[in-house]
Amino acid sequence: MLKGLLDSIVLIFTGDSALTNIILVSLRVTGISLLISTLIGIPLGIFLGLKRFIGKRLVIALLYTGMGFPPVVVGLFVYLMLSRAGPLGQLGWSFIPHLYTTGAMVVAQIIISFPLVAGFTMSAVLSLDSQLRLQLHALGATPRQALWTMLVEARVGVLISIIAGFGSIISEVGAVMMVGGNIENATRTLTTAIVLETRKGDFSMAMALGIILLTISFIVNVAMLRLQGKALDQ
Amino acid sequence: MSESVYQLNTLVKRYDSRTVVALDSLTVYRGEILALVGPSGAGKSTLLRLLGLLEAPTSGSLQFFGREVANGSAQADLELRRRLTMVFQRPLLLNRSVQANIAYGLRLRGDKSNGKVASAMEQLGLSHLARQNTRVLSGGEAQRVSLARAMVLDTEVLLLDEPTANLDPYNVNLIETAVRKMNAEQSKTIVLVTHNIFQAHRLAQRTALLLDGRLVEVSPSDVFFTAPADPRTAAFVRGDMVY
Amino acid sequence: MFKRFVSCICVLLMVVGMTACAAPAATEAPKATEAPQATEAPKATEAPKATEAPKATEAPTEAAAATEVPTAQFQHTAGRLILATTTSTYDSGLLDYLLPMFEEEYGVKVDVVSVGSGEAMKIGERGDADVLLVHSRKAEDAFMEAGNGTRREDVMYNDFVIIGPADDPAGIKGMTAVDAFKKLAETQTEFLSRGDKSGTHTKELSIWASAEITPTGDWYVSAGLGMGDLLTMAQEKQAYTLSDRATYLTRVKSGLDLVVLVEGDKALLNPYGVITVNPEKNSGIQADMATKFLEWIISVPVQQKISEFGMEEYGQSLFIPDSTAWKAAQGQ
Repeated sequence: MLKGLLDSIVLIFTGDSALTNIILVSLRVTGISLLISTLIGIPLGIFLGLKRFIGKRLVIALLYTGMGFPPVVVGLFVYLMLSRAGPLGQLGWSFIPHLYTTGAMVVAQIIISFPLVAGFTMSAVLSLDSQLRLQLHALGATPRQALWTMLVEARVGVLISIIAGFGSIISEVGAVMMVGGNIENATRTLTTAIVLETRKGDFSMAMALGIILLTISFIVNVAMLRLQGKALDQ
Repeated sequence: MSESVYQLNTLVKRYDSRTVVALDSLTVYRGEILALVGPSGAGKSTLLRLLGLLEAPTSGSLQFFGREVANGSAQADLELRRRLTMVFQRPLLLNRSVQANIAYGLRLRGDKSNGKVASAMEQLGLSHLARQNTRVLSGGEAQRVSLARAMVLDTEVLLLDEPTANLDPYNVNLIETAVRKMNAEQSKTIVLVTHNIFQAHRLAQRTALLLDGRLVEVSPSDVFFTAPADPRTAAFVRGDMVY
Repeated sequence: MFKRFVSCICVLLMVVGMTACAAPAATEAPKATEAPQATEAPKATEAPKATEAPKATEAPTEAAAATEVPTAQFQHTAGRLILATTTSTYDSGLLDYLLPMFEEEYGVKVDVVSVGSGEAMKIGERGDADVLLVHSRKAEDAFMEAGNGTRREDVMYNDFVIIGPADDPAGIKGMTAVDAFKKLAETQTEFLSRGDKSGTHTKELSIWASAEITPTGDWYVSAGLGMGDLLTMAQEKQAYTLSDRATYLTRVKSGLDLVVLVEGDKALLNPYGVITVNPEKNSGIQADMATKFLEWIISVPVQQKISEFGMEEYGQSLFIPDSTAWKAAQGQ
């Protein structure tokens, strides 16, 4: 343990290029995936929280299933879709990412995380008073203003949804291993590197990577909290 | 009493197959306080939401400032909607400071001034709470904030749904004074839903009794409480169970 | 206000913690269960080791193990033998074929930890496994030299093959392993490496060393995957790679269309050894059962079984028995 801690400090300060690359890949994949799943998940969550429509129960049931879906299954699904022999891979369209690229990892991560974002956002919106929207309209809010106010009202829940999404992405390993391939200097992330180092028997390196992952996760969470707390408290 | 603010004719509101409101005719005049009384479930709150243009009636005619809005067109007409405000039974405050809550409607209208907010807080005894988050307020304080939030908008029409339910006499008095003042000094048109017939008597020029979504009687409050035309009104005022 | 902020953070940390734990826990379960040993168990056993090192004979340690068992180390319990082995033996199905016989004969449950050779030996070094079945001769010797194992025996060997697309764009078919690697480097043809210090990776590196090449560049993909995953990737990318024959043949059956381009070279032989872990590592080590396992797997009847494995399905043996007893029985 202690050795892992020391190793990680040494590694960070010596600016090990392989490590830097691993961290950058992790952050890039996580950042892009989280951004997109937030852009999908929050509006979806709000929509499900506020609108009534036929088949809503089914959509919610699917969403809850998605929230608890094993990432490796998502990985397998994305793998089969993007594989050269798969339905999307065969199309050969340039915007469809190839397997073993960060693009493929992002696709898998989005599928894994957006149900979490949408689900938590939905329950945050549902926890608001059902009459609040009418009250806002009665105070002269346009539909858009009312929607925005409700989102701000549900901010703690929405923030939790984003953080849950972040947590699921940064810690994911099975799916990214499958569709990313853990390629050095290309698709190796902190989690897949940890698996690899463990497999190699280099436990202290694995521990060091684990500590770095933990630290990044902690910093990002604290930053998100502060940022959102300040922006929304007014 | 001259000009009408609301003109209702054969207005019906149904939820699924249940008829909640079915009025033959009702007029609300400019500058009056009209109290809607009736037992629980009589459709008072639904009627108020219809008047608030928050829901469209199922059928019939509802004119607001001479314009037919029963078809639901008013929901989209922001300018028309902003001629009224409604205060709900529960305060429904935002998770912000008292000041920010009261300023909310003004900010929606792009009004950044603070003068009206300050004077509304002053009038309702909220100034010392300006920076407090609304979650720490007592029931009476919250209800006052809710009223202040509507007051600052200075709309011609004010709809109040049980504004003093469950409050102590001090808070009741503060709110009633504010309501009376708005009506007397600024000639606001106010429709007030209340359980409390004494409050209706104290505040309203006219009182209407609603039973099962139907209008039983609309009379000047003096008449309503002393010599009602309908025996059911008399029974309701006496405190008997009425059907 | 502040209180709320703090409690908010707590809740968020819990949520994040839960989500963060959820994913890795699923995949790293074996590590998680073995973690407690990391901090405590080795210390306890290492102290006596320093003073009593010469005692590394089997009898006393067996006795020690026997008396210690009831203290119930949850990883090591009587009736359960932990075998750390390489992914290749497990993925090829050999263990599924062999182990039931052992389990039945000795009334013991064998738990297989299937990892890379490097990790397998690391697990052995920590005393988290009772017996190892690995293929990385140099590392095995170092393991024995360091006193981590009590006994090592040859078990069998299989061979590696260099595989690639059927049209062989680099033109390495029929070459020796070293020449083929030279050609691949020269033509900068995409080559996938395990990159995980496994026996296969070690073998690959030794061939690069013989070829006096340090592979770098875009064409050399260090994937950090197990053999099965790497073959999947090779198939997808239509790239070259080094594989053990057993895993390769298993995958061909399920649709892999890459072909063997280089085989039969001495440099491609892959010997497996069985090692019993030094019981002084850990009071819970099932030294007695481990020894039984070692003797069982090198015995002639089991060796015979090994030679039969794969015959039916692939028409060839996937592993060639190689124990001293077997060789003697064959009159070699």
